[in-house]
Amino acid sequence: MNTVETKKSVNANRMALRQPNALQKVFLSPKALNLMYVPALLLFALFIFYPMVKGIRISFTDWDGYSPSFNWVGWDKYTQMLTDKKIFITLKNTLIYGFGSTIFQNLLGLIYALFLDQKLRGVGLVRTIVYLPVIISPLIMGYIWYFFFQYDGGAINDIRILFHMAPSDWLSSGPVAVNIITFVNTYQFMGIAMIIYLAGLQSIPKDYYEAASIDGARWFDRFKSVTLPLLMPSITINVVVNIIGGLKLFDVIVALTNGGPGYASQSLSTMMYNLYFARQDAGYAAALGNVMFILIGIVSLTLLRMLRKREVSM
Amino acid sequence: MGKNLLKYIIIGLIVVVHIIPFYILINLSFKGAGDVGSKWIPAQSLDFGNFMDVWREAGLGKAILNNVIITGIVLLLVIVIGSIAAYPLARRRTRWNNFIYTVCISCLIIPPLTILVPLYKLVVDLGGINTYWAISLAQVTFALPMTIFLYTGFISGIPKELDEAGVIDGCNQYSIFFRLIFPLVKPITATIIILIGVQVWNDYQFSLFFLQQKSIQTVPVVLSMFISQFQSNINWVAAGCLIGMLPITVVYLFLQKFFIKGMADGAIKG
Repeated sequence: MNTVETKKSVNANRMALRQPNALQKVFLSPKALNLMYVPALLLFALFIFYPMVKGIRISFTDWDGYSPSFNWVGWDKYTQMLTDKKIFITLKNTLIYGFGSTIFQNLLGLIYALFLDQKLRGVGLVRTIVYLPVIISPLIMGYIWYFFFQYDGGAINDIRILFHMAPSDWLSSGPVAVNIITFVNTYQFMGIAMIIYLAGLQSIPKDYYEAASIDGARWFDRFKSVTLPLLMPSITINVVVNIIGGLKLFDVIVALTNGGPGYASQSLSTMMYNLYFARQDAGYAAALGNVMFILIGIVSLTLLRMLRKREVSM
Repeated sequence: MGKNLLKYIIIGLIVVVHIIPFYILINLSFKGAGDVGSKWIPAQSLDFGNFMDVWREAGLGKAILNNVIITGIVLLLVIVIGSIAAYPLARRRTRWNNFIYTVCISCLIIPPLTILVPLYKLVVDLGGINTYWAISLAQVTFALPMTIFLYTGFISGIPKELDEAGVIDGCNQYSIFFRLIFPLVKPITATIIILIGVQVWNDYQFSLFFLQQKSIQTVPVVLSMFISQFQSNINWVAAGCLIGMLPITVVYLFLQKFFIKGMADGAIKG
């Protein structure tokens, strides 16, 4: 009895499959395949595009971040930036974090990669250790380096005292703090550049070097005329990834100086955070967010264009 | 031989220089309150007291659990939503779909922080502060561009003949994906798990904004609050940092080949 009915329904199902109704036809049309990216688009719409539009609106108000009322203030929050003394130092710091870390991560990453691209024992160990900080929370990395740069009992001051030098209060000076933050960010993420350069070096065919050696090229000539041009794709990736990472730096600054002393080491990210959550100036924070977005967009796309032009194919 | 000796000395130097921060961290976390010598001098005794105190005081157990829950949800969602989104983008290269693909990829360069104000307001309006779903969905959204990018690239590399064979066997376009394509994307899925997993596990910004109740906070937030409260007890700070970084470090040390390859793949194809 039961089995008969099951068979019947199975048959009915088969029939339905053979002769799809109108709805199924639509569902099975090639166009309907695009339905598969709808969930992703909905998420982008909700958490990226809608907030972006909303952020532009908020930047033209004096909204404090929580009360239901606000006034439209036009371009006030943007003109306010031009007269804000803090903004110049903040912008300068942001650019130092961005370009400084990019330059050092790439230089060190490349030097390490060139050194590790040899058949030596211990190369794997170096790779593991240099890469380790990459997977650790930048916040924790900041705290670890605080043990070195703190004034009282800091690891570096201990060494200075050992050599009869006066201990220095590193993080109490704005420019020094900015350099230290750049250094910590470089130390943490140079492993990525190293790995990408290493992969790039290993993908260069060895006969290119042999050909260059036969032509009598020295190491540096070979590096300049073979290695560097063929490494351009890796350079592009590293520079763009590092510049975006550096320009939006936040966690390390919070851990090391929280933007201080005063606001001397703050970046656009930490400034925005403080404006919103501490100073309740949501309108200004939103305007700053838009400026930061445009800055990162322009810098990364310009660099991408410039570097892509220099890439050659193997 | 002499030349190689120099190289081995350089290797040794690099290892020492890069290990020093971890030495200081571990050393500090074992030092008792009375052990006030220089941070360089090894701890007088191996004292696990700091770890016990911090574990209890900061509530790191619950925080690690929250990390596991959020990272798990995000990875599951990002793999499902990302892979199904990538399939039509890889296989139906219409002009419209290419446009959608470009839109997805341009989201790669948007730092979440630049839309902090409206995003925070949105989550407040949706009642998502202190919930797992809001932080997870926000993380998924910002992880999707990279995921879609990697999946689309990978699926484009799978021969189209496979799809055609599927059609002959009576699969419709959806079962082709779920039964034939999805089982093949495992290598890139591993890359995505590592790339996005590390990013979500270490996330501080989203967690700081969206998780304001202690019971739902993740390790970085709990740690930052604990540290701002007990800043003067440097040994506790060190012990907290060590506990906080331990889970992911252990996973890394066991699976380092996958980590290094995965991260490099993600970046190179990006």
